[in-house]
Amino acid sequence: MKPLVGYRRPALGTQPEHLYPPYASSVKRAPTQPLVLLPGTLSEITGPIFPKSIVPAKAFDLTHQSKGEPLGERIVVSGQLLDEDGRPVRDSLVEIWQANAAGRYLHKIDQHDAPLDPNFTGMGQTFTDGEGRYRFVTIRPGAYPWRNHYNAWRPQHIHFSLFGPAFATRLVTQMYFPGDPLLEFDPIFNSVPDEPARKSLISKFDWATTTPETSLGFRFDITLRGRNATPMER
Amino acid sequence: MNGRSTPSQTVGPYFSIGFAWLERRDLTAGAAGGACVNIRGRILDGEGQPVPDAVIEIWQADSDGRHAHPEDAAECSGAKTFFGFGRVSMNERGEFDFKTIKPGRVPGPDGKLQAPHLEVSVFMRGLLRRLITRLYFPGEPANETDTVLGLVPDDRRSTLVARANPAEPETHEWDVHLQGDQETVFFDY
Repeated sequence: MKPLVGYRRPALGTQPEHLYPPYASSVKRAPTQPLVLLPGTLSEITGPIFPKSIVPAKAFDLTHQSKGEPLGERIVVSGQLLDEDGRPVRDSLVEIWQANAAGRYLHKIDQHDAPLDPNFTGMGQTFTDGEGRYRFVTIRPGAYPWRNHYNAWRPQHIHFSLFGPAFATRLVTQMYFPGDPLLEFDPIFNSVPDEPARKSLISKFDWATTTPETSLGFRFDITLRGRNATPMER
Repeated sequence: MNGRSTPSQTVGPYFSIGFAWLERRDLTAGAAGGACVNIRGRILDGEGQPVPDAVIEIWQADSDGRHAHPEDAAECSGAKTFFGFGRVSMNERGEFDFKTIKPGRVPGPDGKLQAPHLEVSVFMRGLLRRLITRLYFPGEPANETDTVLGLVPDDRRSTLVARANPAEPETHEWDVHLQGDQETVFFDY
């Protein structure tokens, strides 16, 4: 049998703690007992590898899901999915969801008084290619109010869901936009203690994917956990 | 060049927009064998209130303890089509249910076989990163010697073991308590 190689733990401060009181919803939902450190077994170093056929070819384009085009600023969001050793994560499922240009989600519990867009669902999927690259065409989402604290507004963001090669590498995160004045006031963004890690959630304006007469480009590279250097005891 | 892993952020209240297309509450498709089992339960917050805006994901081996994954060195994987992934969102009352097959035993870190278990991720508004837990099966003798259960304090171990339901032998019940006296054991890995 091949020796098993586990996944190393993220660097200190690069992940939020479960309890972060400025984010009010964490107070009644974060565990209070210490987490138990798992040794990491075959159960965690395996994970779902989805066949590409589950995603329709056009699911990367959120601007062509309806008869008409959605309102708002058309953008291309692209990047590379890597592991901590800089290796591309190939053929891996990427899911996104977001608000429309007015800051409204197509969801029954979103009561924000902003218009829905009949031509925008806000959901997309794709797979990374052989170099770990992905690309979405979408609309720049609007900021929206929430009730975490007085006059609370979420900065513009797109939710990203990644699987990678293992149960251990599962990641759900949010991509933000450069220069957003709301970032410094947002408890979800600021829950990440390490500043460089926090700033890695902000996409970069990208001339390379900005298309003349069509759309601005933003680049968002995502890094999943890397593997240990040595095989696990088994 | 060594990068550092991207921080996790909450799924927020509207994750169903992105997740619903891959909802998978019946994991039994393609199973070559194994006992069918229904798992149902609730997720409860620090005030004991059910959480309607949560979703769990399941990952498990087949009835032979093999995973549909290239790193599980199955000698004869040709005919196996059991996938082992589930995604189950809560209903408006904070309840979930799914159907799967009881997995076989998977090798553990010390060369011993682990007791049958499901890997479970929990996502919801309020969780800045997922919670990781495991579901073990009731009445399973291997639970007594399972290495991972052995790492858990005695008085909290039962939070990881589903309850048998005498009225419905094929149904197990398992609640996830985020806080409180019965707080579920969550893992870091």
